[in-house]
Amino acid sequence: MEELFQTARDIHGLYPHVHIWGWPIATYLFLGGLAAGILLFATLYYLKGKENDMPFTVKIAPIFTFIIIVIGLLLLVYDLHHKLYVWQLFTTFRIESPMSWGAWTLVAVSILSLLWPLSYVDDIEKYLHERGWKKLDFITKFIRDLEHNWLIPRFVILTFRKYRTFFAWILLFLSIILGIYTGILLSAFNAHPLWNNPILGPLFLTSGVSTGSAFVMWLSNNKKERKLMSTIDMALIATELFFIIHMIMGMQAGPEVFKQAAHLFLGGEFTVLFWVVFVGFGLVLPFILEAFELKGFHIPPALPALLVLIGGFIFRVIMVYAGQMSEYPF
Amino acid sequence: MAIEVNKCVGCGDCVVACQTENNVPMGYSRDWIIELARGEYPNLFMHFESRRCNHCEDTPCVRTCPTGASHVIEGGIVKVTHDECIGCGACIEACPYEARYFHPDGYVDKCTFCDHRVADGLDPACVSVCPTTCMHFGDLDDPDSEISQLIKSRENYTLIPEAGTAPQIYYLK
Amino acid sequence: MNKLNRRDFIKISGTATAGIAMAQPLTGIWETLFPKEKKPLLENEAIKTPTVCEVCFWNCAGWVYKDNEGKIKKVIGNDIDPHSNGRLCPRGTGGLGMYYDEDRLKKPLIRVKGKNGKPEFKEATWDEAFDVIVKNMKAIEKKYGKESMALLFHGKTGPHFEHLFKAWGSQTMGEPAGAQCLITREAGFIATYGAGLASPEPTDVRNTNCLVLIGNHIGENMHNGHVQEVSELIDKGGTIITVDPRFSTMAAHSTKWLPIKPSTDLALLLAWMNVIINEGLYDKDYVAQYTYGFDQLKEHVQKYTPEWAESITTIPAGDIYETARMIGGASPRVIIHPGRHTAWYGDDTQRTRAIAILNAILGSWGREGGFYFPEKVKLPKEAHPPFPKPKWSWKDISREKHKMAIMGITNEIIDHALPEYKGPYKVKGMFIAATNPLQSIPSQDKIKRALDNQDFIVVVDTMPAEITGYADVVLPEATYLERLDHLRTAHHRQPNIALRYPAVKPKWDSKPGWWIAREIGIRLGLKDFYEWEDFEEVLDWQLKQVGSSIEELKKVGVKYFPRKTPMYLKPGEEYWFNTNTGKIELYSTDFAEWGYDPMPVYKDHGDTPPGYLRLIYGRLPMHTFGRTLNNPYLFELQHDPLLWVHPKVARIYGLENGQEVWLKNPKGKVSSFPIKVRITERIRHDSVFMPHGFGNKGRIFVDGKKLEMHRAYGRGILDSEMIYNIEKDPETGGTGMRNNFVTILTENPHNKKDKES
Repeated sequence: MEELFQTARDIHGLYPHVHIWGWPIATYLFLGGLAAGILLFATLYYLKGKENDMPFTVKIAPIFTFIIIVIGLLLLVYDLHHKLYVWQLFTTFRIESPMSWGAWTLVAVSILSLLWPLSYVDDIEKYLHERGWKKLDFITKFIRDLEHNWLIPRFVILTFRKYRTFFAWILLFLSIILGIYTGILLSAFNAHPLWNNPILGPLFLTSGVSTGSAFVMWLSNNKKERKLMSTIDMALIATELFFIIHMIMGMQAGPEVFKQAAHLFLGGEFTVLFWVVFVGFGLVLPFILEAFELKGFHIPPALPALLVLIGGFIFRVIMVYAGQMSEYPF
Repeated sequence: MAIEVNKCVGCGDCVVACQTENNVPMGYSRDWIIELARGEYPNLFMHFESRRCNHCEDTPCVRTCPTGASHVIEGGIVKVTHDECIGCGACIEACPYEARYFHPDGYVDKCTFCDHRVADGLDPACVSVCPTTCMHFGDLDDPDSEISQLIKSRENYTLIPEAGTAPQIYYLK
Repeated sequence: MNKLNRRDFIKISGTATAGIAMAQPLTGIWETLFPKEKKPLLENEAIKTPTVCEVCFWNCAGWVYKDNEGKIKKVIGNDIDPHSNGRLCPRGTGGLGMYYDEDRLKKPLIRVKGKNGKPEFKEATWDEAFDVIVKNMKAIEKKYGKESMALLFHGKTGPHFEHLFKAWGSQTMGEPAGAQCLITREAGFIATYGAGLASPEPTDVRNTNCLVLIGNHIGENMHNGHVQEVSELIDKGGTIITVDPRFSTMAAHSTKWLPIKPSTDLALLLAWMNVIINEGLYDKDYVAQYTYGFDQLKEHVQKYTPEWAESITTIPAGDIYETARMIGGASPRVIIHPGRHTAWYGDDTQRTRAIAILNAILGSWGREGGFYFPEKVKLPKEAHPPFPKPKWSWKDISREKHKMAIMGITNEIIDHALPEYKGPYKVKGMFIAATNPLQSIPSQDKIKRALDNQDFIVVVDTMPAEITGYADVVLPEATYLERLDHLRTAHHRQPNIALRYPAVKPKWDSKPGWWIAREIGIRLGLKDFYEWEDFEEVLDWQLKQVGSSIEELKKVGVKYFPRKTPMYLKPGEEYWFNTNTGKIELYSTDFAEWGYDPMPVYKDHGDTPPGYLRLIYGRLPMHTFGRTLNNPYLFELQHDPLLWVHPKVARIYGLENGQEVWLKNPKGKVSSFPIKVRITERIRHDSVFMPHGFGNKGRIFVDGKKLEMHRAYGRGILDSEMIYNIEKDPETGGTGMRNNFVTILTENPHNKKDKES
């Protein structure tokens, strides 16, 4: 029989295992992935020239991105223990630290994702009227006012409009980094076997893009757009399932520590949450609903969209909590 | 650092000495004691390990720090600059030894091998106080130093070598 | 140049003042947001004061480090001190916790309500407290005689009050270090060698080749110097044999562990004697020259064969032979360690006699690698008039029944304090200094009745231990970091003196023991015994008598003096031992004369009754029983004491690690608090182990407010509560407490009781 006793280490957040990251980080990872997905589609379709076929995706969605990223940043700062020094993040760029990449990327993306829709004011106004949200008119009036009456915002918005393609490429590149960095952040921690596998990065990216497409599906008012996103989402969900199976099989084939990590999902505390809530309701069910949609059955588009969004959030929550529970016994 | 587990009695002197030397706030500790027991009565084995930051050669914590607050100083000691730390916790997640913790003032804290004492030519507080003299400190880069000779002469192990961090605390059997 | 007119000046200064006034809260906010980091104290910045640690009896000498604001930052050992060699144990290192503890007694307290009700006190001045004390002491003197005022003491605080009591005219005194701890060992060794061991034990562990520990859990008892020397022994590759029913820390580091059945150690010792004598492994020259009674011993042990011992101790005979040969082969560099707390089963003087005899035939007494002859500095006591002779004293109380009682026996004093005692040596008042009899003496109910029967009780302590609740007057003593005490002149390889000098002024309204004793003494009219004003004068005078001074000791902390006698026996040297025969008595003539067994005879102590588990208690390396439980640093090391339970027992009771259980003994007594379970293979299936001294219940009310040791309150179980069977050692009165049994309760028995009633 093996006994292990520890003294003098009953520190909050470290005992019985490391648990310093909770729902703020999980939510932030979800929001980051969502923003990355939306921007990926926005820039991609713009660069393909489909901006008028996919008006919501390209022109409107990014404004939500700005709000999403700001909420994410606020959550991050809220989670810091030494908040007053947060500016230190921006005094240096550390190439080996995924967190540093994330900090800079987030700031860059947030600025660009604000500027992007600012240059589409007319389309925003049209969307708001179509949706019946006349009360939000003051936003578009304010933006127009900025553009016409203030020198610097006018200069910025006009430059942006002129070089939109250039910025689209940058934003595309940055959104991919954003989507993948949340996964790499976790997989770089080789102290937690559940996170320490190279599939996590692509998995998080795919999940993020999937939530992005679900977001568009939910809020767009263009039927063709919604249907296209629905199809794309099906492909993304299938890819996600493939990655998940691959990841778990890889852990099962690895050393004992990895088997124990996989056990968290194969009989451990997170089994039901993972397979029933996330995989079942968050992946498989929306996939089926979207398939029915394609066949012609009328499914309210909000339903699979919300399931995917909630599923993506639950996935991040599971990974953050379960990951901290998996450690090397020593 | 080298720690002889065949002598350690798990008294916790190293923990208390570190607290009084480094003003560690009450309720926190930079080092701690583990008791490992195996077997069935009366065929038993037991030893204690005093653990702390291993000041690894291949530090996952320094790599992941976004502000550079976690850094390595001359001699291989890993330290945290308190005014540069934002308290994000990435380094705590990165450490497989759970050596780091959030100081109540907000920054991340951990064992510093008492570098303020080492600079004066003294041993870290835990090493100088241990009543069984089972702890040793010295220059591991120098093959002729006392500690290198000691490690070479004894069966030894490090913690979680498979994590690939190249820890610099050797436990001597 | 513009002259500054009055109006401008007022305006400017007003603004400046307002600015400064605003800056104050702003700096406060700034400091909250950006707290100034406490930098570690550097070696060359520290102000150092010498001290002698008081956290346990080992009394290591050390240095108190203060920063330039005068705050104590840390305590470390004195490099030249032979007790600590520059390294303090965790309790010494955490000693500053005693000073900073917020639950300390702060002011003198006088009881306000009735004795048997809730312990309520009011704060008083020292003068008021002294008046009450003097009034009551005189009342007891008038009604019963001075002898009926008893003194219970411990530690370095004791001698101040010993002097006071002796000067006044009472020598009814005792300390728990006697019958509860080492009196049986002293008796066993005095009967054999004519000399006791005292503290620290003169075991030459550093130079030995083989160390045998009988139950002595070095490493869990942090006897600093000894732990250090045992480590040196491990470094050298020496042999360590541990005889313990539990897989103790030292058992884990030993060459050989003998998992003995509890209470059968004497059988093993006799069997070893059998093998060592019969196989000629003993030191023949030494035995021939220095011992008396070898032939009787040889004949006596013939029947105690290893095979016989195997059936009793459950140690295989082969192991007994093997270890006997290891021990004999190492002779004379071998130590059968005498242990310290040896009051186990009621035949303890005989068992320690066996240890002494075994050491003698191995030739280790007075030899290098065995026991050295320690020497201490003899400091002259300051001159005072002769002490008055009391009509009766502790000797009358203790030596009524126990001829070898060399010091006052606390539990005997308590027996004489009970209402049912009707004899001539009645105790009606108690002065309790730095000890908590409710924890240290078993049979709590008896003690409580004895305390309730007293006319007057004074408690001198640093913390509100449980005993303070029974006092009429509570006096707050300063901790060892804040006071002067007698110089440490403990014996060692080389005579030395260590100074305890106050590093800081006493906190709150606490005062040093010497001052308290002196003030009471003067008010009792004993000025002649206190001709000095400050205790520092006494120490300085004493030091000057031996060629030193306080100034010198303040600089070095410890001073050595040359030995006057040799440390070891020279081969073939004539030596006279302080016994009847002048030789080491393997056959004790004194014991024979007094009707005790002249050579140890094995007595069976029975088995564990079915359904019960033997209660084994011991120490933790980071605690000194009740003294450190509330110390914030040491408390943090391990919040809760644990009850060691074997997995088989855990299965029977359905226990999980960390589960809280209560204990019940065969008399129906249930523990006040629960204890957490640790399921481990390191304990026998018929026993449980827990550390002594927890389960603190002390809580008093001062001017309506609660005062208790809040970290320690209610943690774990006090083993004294569970101990019901006390087996008195006939020679010394030592209280054997290890034949006690308990059963485990998984549900809170106090809830049930409420339900039933």
